[in-house]
Amino acid sequence: MSIKVYVPLDSGSVALGADDVASAIADKASDAGADVKVVRNGSFGMYWLEPMVEVETPRGRVAYGPVSTDDIDALFDADFLTGGAHKLYLGRTQDIPFLKSQSRLTFQRCGIVDPVSLEDYRANEGLTGLENALKMTDEEIVKAVTDSGLRGRGGAGFPTGIKWNTVREAKGDQKYIVCNADEGDSGTFADRMIMEGEPFVLIEGMIIAGLATGATKGYVYTRSEYPTAIDVMNEAIEVARAAGVLGDNILGSGKAFDMEVRMGAGAYVCGEETSLLNSMEGKRGVVRAKPPLPALEGFLGRPTVVNNVISLCSVPVILEKGAEYYRDYGMGRSRGTIPIQIAGNVKHGGLYEVGFGLTLGEIVEQLGGGTASGRPVKAVQVGGPLGAYFPKELFDTPFDYEEFAKRDGLIGHAGVVVFDDTVDMMKQARFAMEFCAIESCGKCTPCRIGSVRGTEVVDKLERGEEPELQIELLHDLCETMKFGSLCALGGFTPYPVLSALTHFPDDFKPRALDIAAE
Amino acid sequence: MPDTVQNKQEFDNMLEREACMSETTEDQNVRVAAICDRLITLEGPLLPILHEVQEEFGHIPDGALQTIAKKLNLSRAEVHGVASFYHDFREEKAGKHVIKICRAEACQAMGADALGDEIRRHLKVDWSQTTADHKITLEPVFCLGLCACAPAAMVDGKVVGRVSADRILEKVGS
Repeated sequence: MSIKVYVPLDSGSVALGADDVASAIADKASDAGADVKVVRNGSFGMYWLEPMVEVETPRGRVAYGPVSTDDIDALFDADFLTGGAHKLYLGRTQDIPFLKSQSRLTFQRCGIVDPVSLEDYRANEGLTGLENALKMTDEEIVKAVTDSGLRGRGGAGFPTGIKWNTVREAKGDQKYIVCNADEGDSGTFADRMIMEGEPFVLIEGMIIAGLATGATKGYVYTRSEYPTAIDVMNEAIEVARAAGVLGDNILGSGKAFDMEVRMGAGAYVCGEETSLLNSMEGKRGVVRAKPPLPALEGFLGRPTVVNNVISLCSVPVILEKGAEYYRDYGMGRSRGTIPIQIAGNVKHGGLYEVGFGLTLGEIVEQLGGGTASGRPVKAVQVGGPLGAYFPKELFDTPFDYEEFAKRDGLIGHAGVVVFDDTVDMMKQARFAMEFCAIESCGKCTPCRIGSVRGTEVVDKLERGEEPELQIELLHDLCETMKFGSLCALGGFTPYPVLSALTHFPDDFKPRALDIAAE
Repeated sequence: MPDTVQNKQEFDNMLEREACMSETTEDQNVRVAAICDRLITLEGPLLPILHEVQEEFGHIPDGALQTIAKKLNLSRAEVHGVASFYHDFREEKAGKHVIKICRAEACQAMGADALGDEIRRHLKVDWSQTTADHKITLEPVFCLGLCACAPAAMVDGKVVGRVSADRILEKVGS
């Protein structure tokens, strides 16, 4: 039997050379006459070890990493195909401490399975949640999801079960499940990782959402920046259709659900659910005023569930193991697990799924291992470009929706971006305004005009033009944007700006004065 | 009358050029219409159509807007409004190579600003511009989802992480 060697197809691994490593291993194996099957799997999310190559051995899967094409000869010399010793040897994959200490519920198969093998998925308890759901009424499914305490993982944190119930009760000939996979927040890559590494769990979650609400058609709206995720999702949908998991007769139940992938076109604002729906309808991605809620009048004016990728991917395990099992993880009103994405200037960047409640300090210092540059941490931005910057003084904040809100922050899609002490917080505040100006859909004035005025105010501050007045103006402007914008783009841009201003006031001193003082 | 002969020659050349051009436009219309016909049954077909048109021609040709509008029973202005809203759709063809550099926060934390400056200086272009020899187009991108291997870029559709200016320029032979 051939030896299985795993090399991730994950974009992060490929960006670090996984494609070349995979073909180098295949070539060398064929030269050496070794019977090797290279499987392209998802990533386990330990990006400092990527490309991480695994070999199936009698003692389990063992890992080597980070592997470059230059290492291949030495790996073969060290007999890595039987798990031989080498300086890149990491031991059994499942024993790597970063992985072992996680509570992987949503990402339980990511990295383990061949992403487009339904047999692999089934062999690892895949589709059990769906099979259970098929034996339940729509009300029972909604109740399980509500009882699990699952809240929208896209950032808003709205209870998923309540949203589903609204759609379930809505009248309509055609209802839709729309998966918001428009993951545009810097520092986040959980959606990409799971779509590339375990696409069937998203398909399963969407089918269950369809059964619960009476929707028979689903769409995954994702980014043009994610070509691999699109390819893997499309292939998995084909496989699911051919196997009767999708289609008119889901697993022989007589119930119908089918889905397709739609590609965005480079507009950040389309991650906002109403502008996403407009985009899917073929319109400009401008935000719609709410009400009406998308749950009642969504895609093409019909009742629509719009859920984030991770919310939908968390559903199968809830239906498989029960609401209580999921609910037992977490703290306070933040139940279950959250895939934290550690990124930026950090030694051990990657994805870490765990129950809510770790402190920010534990995430950055223990899991992340501090900065990649070796310099002291100065600031951490949590929740993407609309999230607040946290100083070290707030590292005791537990990872929880409410705890972050109490400290004028948000967990958003759970991306954590680390900056060392070379970061200039006034520049970061300006960037937040600039980004909002570039990506604003233009519908509401506070966002469209406010962001442009915001960059101008910061520029004046930098030049030392009446600094006290500019700071007052900036506060005032942020207040207007926060309470006057239609959606989170304009409404949350003040978070990074004000947090930078509040926690790092020294960085906002006029530069001209600094020079004069020196 | 040599003068007239020369004029006639020019006139013929002009006719030939026009015939050639209208043939190109004709051909373009047929191809755009075929894309529309193939995708029109989708729910919300406009974005998929624009993506395919760009895939086919390398940009959204001006003439395509009218064809799409007619097929979808929209006004040309509506189609133009949509095409111009999204960063992905180009009015002009890109250079032979396209470099997209991530300018978002995680990459900033790892020196993306300096990387962008160096590339711009070397290529003598600003963001969203193409070099004078039409060889390289430089575009900003806000997040490629490679935030744990920053700074990141996409060169001709291929992702690269922990990248330097030299490596990017080497990939496009500059």
